[in-house]
Amino acid sequence: MHPVLRTVLQRLGLGVLTLFVVSVVIFASLEMLPGGFAEAILGQGATPETVAAFNREIGLDRPATVRYVEWIGNIFRGDFGYSYAGLGGSIKRSVTDLIAPRLYNTFFLAIMTAIVAVPLSLILGILAALYRNSWYDRIVNSVTLTTIATPEFFIAYLLMFFFAIRNKWFYSLSTVSDTTDFIEHIYRAALPAITLMLVIVAHMMRMTRAALINLLASPYMEMAQLKGVPRREAIIKHALPNAWAPIATVIAFNLAYLVVGVVVVEVVYVYPGIGQLMVDSVSSRDMPVVQACALIFAATYIFLNLLADIISIVTNPRLLHPK
Amino acid sequence: MNDTQNKLDAALRQAVRGRITRREFTQLALASGVSLAAANSMFTKAYADEPKKGGTLKIGVGHGATTDSMDPGTYPDQFTGTALWGTLSNSLTEIDADGNVVGDIAESFEASDGAKKWVFKLRKGVTFHDGRAVTADDVVASLQHHRGEDSKSAAKSLLKEIVTLKADGDTVVFELTGGNADFPYTVSDYHMPIMPKKDDGSVDWESGNRTGAYKLDKFEPGVKASFSKNPNYYKADRGWFDAVEFYSIKDVAARTNALMSGEIHYMDRCDLKTLDMLKSNPDITVQEITGYGHYIYVMNVTQKPFDDVNVRLAIKYSINRDDVLEKVFLGHGTVGNDNPIAPTVKFAVDPQPRHSYNPDKAKEHLKKAGLDSLTFDLSVADAAFSGAVDSALLWKEHAKACNIDINVIREPDDGYWDNVWLKKPFVASYWSGRPTVDWMMTTAYAADAAWNDTFWKNPRFNELLVAARSETDEAKRAAMYAEMQQILHDDGGLVNILFNSYVEAHAKNLGHNKVAANWQLDGMRIAERWWFTS
Repeated sequence: MHPVLRTVLQRLGLGVLTLFVVSVVIFASLEMLPGGFAEAILGQGATPETVAAFNREIGLDRPATVRYVEWIGNIFRGDFGYSYAGLGGSIKRSVTDLIAPRLYNTFFLAIMTAIVAVPLSLILGILAALYRNSWYDRIVNSVTLTTIATPEFFIAYLLMFFFAIRNKWFYSLSTVSDTTDFIEHIYRAALPAITLMLVIVAHMMRMTRAALINLLASPYMEMAQLKGVPRREAIIKHALPNAWAPIATVIAFNLAYLVVGVVVVEVVYVYPGIGQLMVDSVSSRDMPVVQACALIFAATYIFLNLLADIISIVTNPRLLHPK
Repeated sequence: MNDTQNKLDAALRQAVRGRITRREFTQLALASGVSLAAANSMFTKAYADEPKKGGTLKIGVGHGATTDSMDPGTYPDQFTGTALWGTLSNSLTEIDADGNVVGDIAESFEASDGAKKWVFKLRKGVTFHDGRAVTADDVVASLQHHRGEDSKSAAKSLLKEIVTLKADGDTVVFELTGGNADFPYTVSDYHMPIMPKKDDGSVDWESGNRTGAYKLDKFEPGVKASFSKNPNYYKADRGWFDAVEFYSIKDVAARTNALMSGEIHYMDRCDLKTLDMLKSNPDITVQEITGYGHYIYVMNVTQKPFDDVNVRLAIKYSINRDDVLEKVFLGHGTVGNDNPIAPTVKFAVDPQPRHSYNPDKAKEHLKKAGLDSLTFDLSVADAAFSGAVDSALLWKEHAKACNIDINVIREPDDGYWDNVWLKKPFVASYWSGRPTVDWMMTTAYAADAAWNDTFWKNPRFNELLVAARSETDEAKRAAMYAEMQQILHDDGGLVNILFNSYVEAHAKNLGHNKVAANWQLDGMRIAERWWFTS
C-alpha cells in the first residue's frame, strides 16, 4: 500500500476513535459540573418544581448513560439533535442550524487571516534565515516576538483605539449576519483578522527561520556553497524542500488555533463565531451544542495534523518511496 | 424650586407645543427676572427635549446568550428583558418613572374583598402586531403560561398566590389566596408579557407577535435583535424611533469603544474605573440612577454565633460602609442601613439608629453577648456581586478594631449560587430589588420564603407582612411597613453594604423624561420612552 494512503487511513481510523473519546470526556465533564441547564437558565427563579418541569421537558430526568447512548446513536445517523433552548416550543433550534452560520463566520475569519499570515510569515522567515544576524533579522524578530508576547485582547484594544476610535477607518464592532454582503464581511472582519495575524505570524516565522538555519549547517549546504551556488538559490532550492515538514506542522498548529482558539478576539470584537457559541453553551450546560462544537474542534485538529503529515511525506522522497 | 420657576416651566411646555409663541415666552421670562440669553437657551433646550420621530436607536447590552429563548418564562436578564419585553411587549401594568404602578394593557384595576379579588379592565383598541385585538382570553392564556404543573417559568412562584383567574367580557378577574394590595405590581413583571392565545388554548410565545411599540424583525440569540416601528401602537406619546437594534456586547471595553466610535447610542453597565475618561468625551452623557439592587452579606441566624442578636449587631457596627463605597465602588452607590428597601421605593424608611462604623458600640454588643472577641468565616465570590471579595477584605481590616476577626474565604465563581449561597453560614449575596416592600420581603425575608437567605423567622414581622398585604388604608400600611423595616434592621441577619447605581452612558443627541429606577435601561422600556433630539 502506498505510504500516503496508509497514513491517511490509519489517521482517519485513529481520528474516529479520538472523536469518540472526546465526546465521552466532554459529556462526562458537563455531567460533573454543578447545576444543570434548567438552573442556569432560571437563575434566581429556579425552584425545585420549575427545575423538575424543565428537566422533564428536555428529557434531562433520565440517567446520563441513556442520554449519551441516545445522542451518539443519533450522531451515527447524522442527526446532531436540538439545542435545549426553545425545545419546548414548536420551532425547535437544530444544532446544525445553530452552528452552521457561526462555523461559516469562524472559517471566514480563519481563512482571511491565513491567506495573509502564512505567506507573510514564510517570506519573513526565509528572509530572516537568508540575512541572519543582520539588522533586518533583529527587527523582524523583536517586532514579531513583541506581538506574540502581548495578550491578544490588548492588541485588539490598541488596534480598536487607533483604527476605530481615533481614526474612524474601521468598525469597532464586527457584528455580521447572513444579510451582510461579502465585501462588508471582509471590512468588518478586518481588525480581528489583523489581530490574529499579529498573534500567529511570530510562531510560524520563527519556525521557518529555525528550520532553515538548522539545515544551513549541514554538509550538502556547505557543498552547495563550495560549488558556488548563490546563497539565495541554495536556501530556496536546497534547504527549503527539506524544511517543509517542521514548517507544515507549525502552520497546521496555527491554523487549528485560528478555528478553535479565538474566543477572546471574538468577544472583544463581538464577532459571532463558534467560540462564543461554545462558551455560552458550556455555561448554560446545553449539551448537544457543546458536544457538536467539541467534535468540530477535534475534527479540525485531526484534519489539519493529517494534512501536515501528508505534506511531510510528500516533500520527503525517503518517506514517499520507501525501499 | 420656587413658584416663578414652576410658572416658567409650565409656560415653556406650552411654548414648545406651539400654544404660546417664543416671543410671548421670552417676555414672560424677562418679566420674571430671567435674562434674555438665559430665556433663549431655556427655550432652545426645552425644544430639543420635546420628543421627535425618527432614527434607528442602537443599544449595546452587557448580557445575552445563545441560549436565550422567546419564552418569556425563561427571560434571564437585561438583554431579553429590554429587547423582547420592553421593546416588543406590554404587561397588564407598568411601573412609571416615579415607581408607581399604572395600567398598560389594563386600563384600570380595582380590588375588593380586602384585596383578595382583583378586577383588571382591559384598554380598548389594543392590538397585536398582526392586527388582532387583545381580548381577556389572551391575557388569561398569557398568565396561565407561567402556572400549572408543567410550567418552567421563573415567574411561577410569583403567581403562586392566584387561586383562579378568568376572563369576563373585557375584564380579567383574579382570586387570590390572601389579600395583596400590591398585586398590580406583580403583573408588571417582565416575565409576563401579554401574548396571543392559540386555538388549542395555549399561548403563542414563539412568533414574536406581541403588542409593543416595535415589531420583531429578527432575533439572533446572543448576537442581535432588531425591531421596526409598530405604526398602530396604542400609546400615542411613545415609540419615537423608526427602528431599534440591540447588540449583545459582553466585554465592557468593547461596549465603551462601540459607544465612542458611534456604532451604538447607548450602553449599560459602564466600567467604573474608566468612567471619568468617558465623562470627558463631549459627545457622551453618563447617567447614574440609584436602583433597587443591593449588595449584602447574609448570615444564617439559626447557627452559632449568629443566633445571638447582640453578635449580629456587633457585626453590623463593625463595617465602614462609606470606606467600602469609596474604595471598592468608587463612590457609585448609596450606603445601606441594613434595610433591603431602596430609598426610592414607596413606603421605604430609614430605620434609626443608622448602622455606621462604630468600634465602641460593636465591642459593647460583644460584651452583652458575653464575648471579648469574635471569629467567623465569611464565604465570598465575585459571582455574588462584582467587588464582593474586595469589600470583604476591607471589612476584615475595619473589624479588627472591634475585636472581630473575619476569616475571608474566597469561593469559586462557578456554581456559587448552588453550592455556597444558602449553604454556608455567612456569605455574600445580591438582590436586584423589587418595586414594593411586600414583594421584596416576601421573596427573601418571610419565614416561608424559598430564598430566605438569612433563615430569619420573626413572628411579629411575619404577622405584619400578612396584615399589611390586605390593608388598603395607606397610612396604616405605611406604619406597618415602617415597623417591619425597623425590626429587620434591628434583628435581621443581613448586612447591607450599599444600593448600587445603574451607571449607563449614551450619545448626547438622545432625549428622555425622568428615568425609571425599577430596572436598568429606563425600566427596560428605553425603546418606547426615549427619542433622538437631532
